[in-house]
Amino acid sequence: MELRKNYFADQRKDDLHEIGQPRPRSDSPGHVTGKTAYFADRNFPGMLHLKMVRSPHHHARIRSINTSEAEKHPGVVKILTAKDVPHNVYTILILIQIGPEDETVLADGKVRWKGEAVVAVLAETERAAQEAAAKVKVDYEVLPAVFDMEEALKPGAPVVNEYHGQNYYLYDSGECRKVRFGDVEAGFAGADHILEQTYQSSPIEHAPTETTGCVVVPEGNDRFTCYTNTQAMFFTLDNASIILQMPGSKLHFVGGTVGGGFGGKVDVIVEPIAILGAKLTGRPVSFIYSREEEMQISSPRAAEKVVIKDGVMKDGRIVARKVTGYTDAGAYSRHSPYGAQKGAGHYPGPYTIPNVWIDTYCVYTNRTPSSAMRGFGVTIGDFALEVQMDKLARLIGMDPLEFRFINAYRDGDMKAHRQPTEGAALIECMQEASRAANWPVAEKYLAMSSYTKGA
Amino acid sequence: MAKVPVQFTLNGTEKAEFIDSGTTLLHALRDKIGDTSPKGGCHQGTCGACSVIIDGELRLSCLTLAETCNGTAITTTSGLSEGGVLHPLQRAFLDAFATQCGFCTPGMIMAAKVLLDHTPTPSRDEVVEALSGNICRCTGYEPIIQAVLTAARSNSQHAA
Ligand code: FES
Ligand code: FES
Repeated sequence: MELRKNYFADQRKDDLHEIGQPRPRSDSPGHVTGKTAYFADRNFPGMLHLKMVRSPHHHARIRSINTSEAEKHPGVVKILTAKDVPHNVYTILILIQIGPEDETVLADGKVRWKGEAVVAVLAETERAAQEAAAKVKVDYEVLPAVFDMEEALKPGAPVVNEYHGQNYYLYDSGECRKVRFGDVEAGFAGADHILEQTYQSSPIEHAPTETTGCVVVPEGNDRFTCYTNTQAMFFTLDNASIILQMPGSKLHFVGGTVGGGFGGKVDVIVEPIAILGAKLTGRPVSFIYSREEEMQISSPRAAEKVVIKDGVMKDGRIVARKVTGYTDAGAYSRHSPYGAQKGAGHYPGPYTIPNVWIDTYCVYTNRTPSSAMRGFGVTIGDFALEVQMDKLARLIGMDPLEFRFINAYRDGDMKAHRQPTEGAALIECMQEASRAANWPVAEKYLAMSSYTKGA
Repeated sequence: MAKVPVQFTLNGTEKAEFIDSGTTLLHALRDKIGDTSPKGGCHQGTCGACSVIIDGELRLSCLTLAETCNGTAITTTSGLSEGGVLHPLQRAFLDAFATQCGFCTPGMIMAAKVLLDHTPTPSRDEVVEALSGNICRCTGYEPIIQAVLTAARSNSQHAA
């Protein structure tokens, strides 16, 4: 496909010698010859295998844990519970001062989602670890659970996470992240049409071909080398340092090629407990998720619910937009308070709307904790708001692409969250898309520019 | 546990090991013999990352017991290039950007090799069918299909 070169001609050079040229990637020769080293390609003599005992309940109090049978299982070397973890309650974003610490490395007194890690078993072989894990006896008192975000926000709902005290993340702006711009009610009052729609999504698993894991080796100099497929090397190192109460200088993290991540490998889950296992046994430790764990235990993209109410004029201008967004964090924060916050800034989309009101909630439920995935916080929002744009265009009998030209943001427009628009290029993108996709629009839209208002 | 002996050729070289009975060929290759080119993506026969060639047939090494491979000839992706020269399939995967994270790549190349060994000039449908047991989460498959078709073309030119 040949793209026209007259857009922003004054800002581009045509003597680029890399862009537009095929260049071999530096890692591909390793991939096609099988030489690329993934973390699990490291094997060390005497390596132990770690398997987790996981909660079979969505929400339960732990009355007691009995590991005596499991300890006797042949091949078992060490069994870890909450009391073995130096700083057991953590939260990933504490590194950027987003607390409170709300998640346990190993469950202490309570489980809040089905699959939560309770006891870690280290054994000579994977099989021995698995068999011994099945012999750990945990006595649970099952508690009422909540799976629906609106149910969770109702008064009297079971409290999922006591570290928060209520089933939503408390921002400095209150129970939700808020954006207020213009006067949304006045906008609705003056609109020709109002359209309110609700959009919902389910959690989505990244399903990387290589499952999450790490291999940890205790070194002679009192340090620990951690081979990991994390996508967040220093986040993981720093959180491991907090959880283990061990200076970062004792931790040597080795990353490298990740066998598919898509955001699913940015949580800090396997490394701290594997390092602790290596420390307490003095032996290398491998902790690799089974395929089942990857699908059921690793964080998915959050389920979201988005309610969009728009006021639109017959001539195509959107004059008011009110959005209430809900992000299902599951039982723990991980990256979700940040995702919900991103949504707040994003819901007007790439459109200039004079009156905007946005509330986004990060909600706790007894579901698998959700976290990062490709554009989390905005991807589901984009789906919702672009479907809404098509519906609005249909409502006023306008071509959906021309409708977007009318509302497209341009350089100098103030966005609802008070960032002036710069380098928008949306008009030009749509002009080129109209040509490339053979979706003709009226001449006046082809004469528009991101640089100037009017026309 | 008593160990059992296994003996086979791997990429043309004789290998012998003592293993625990019940060890999969994937574990034997990776952890005992040290050929880590077959990958474990599921250990349950659903992803194809562990694919190897046993006596000319495509096999999932995670579902094959090592002790059943006595006397066989096994090929893995690490044994394809000769004297530092890439196999046409490897070359085509490289040129077509058919790898991203690369985790599925050794298994894909094995599946493609068995196809081209049996069907030197496959149709696109035959390529899709041959790769249908191999999951790739990164590339969207199209560059992989193109790479296999390109390798088939370069093979037939080579033969002509
Ligand atoms: S590891 Fe053998 S098919 Fe997935
Ligand atoms: S390249 Fe990542 S799974 Fe295929």
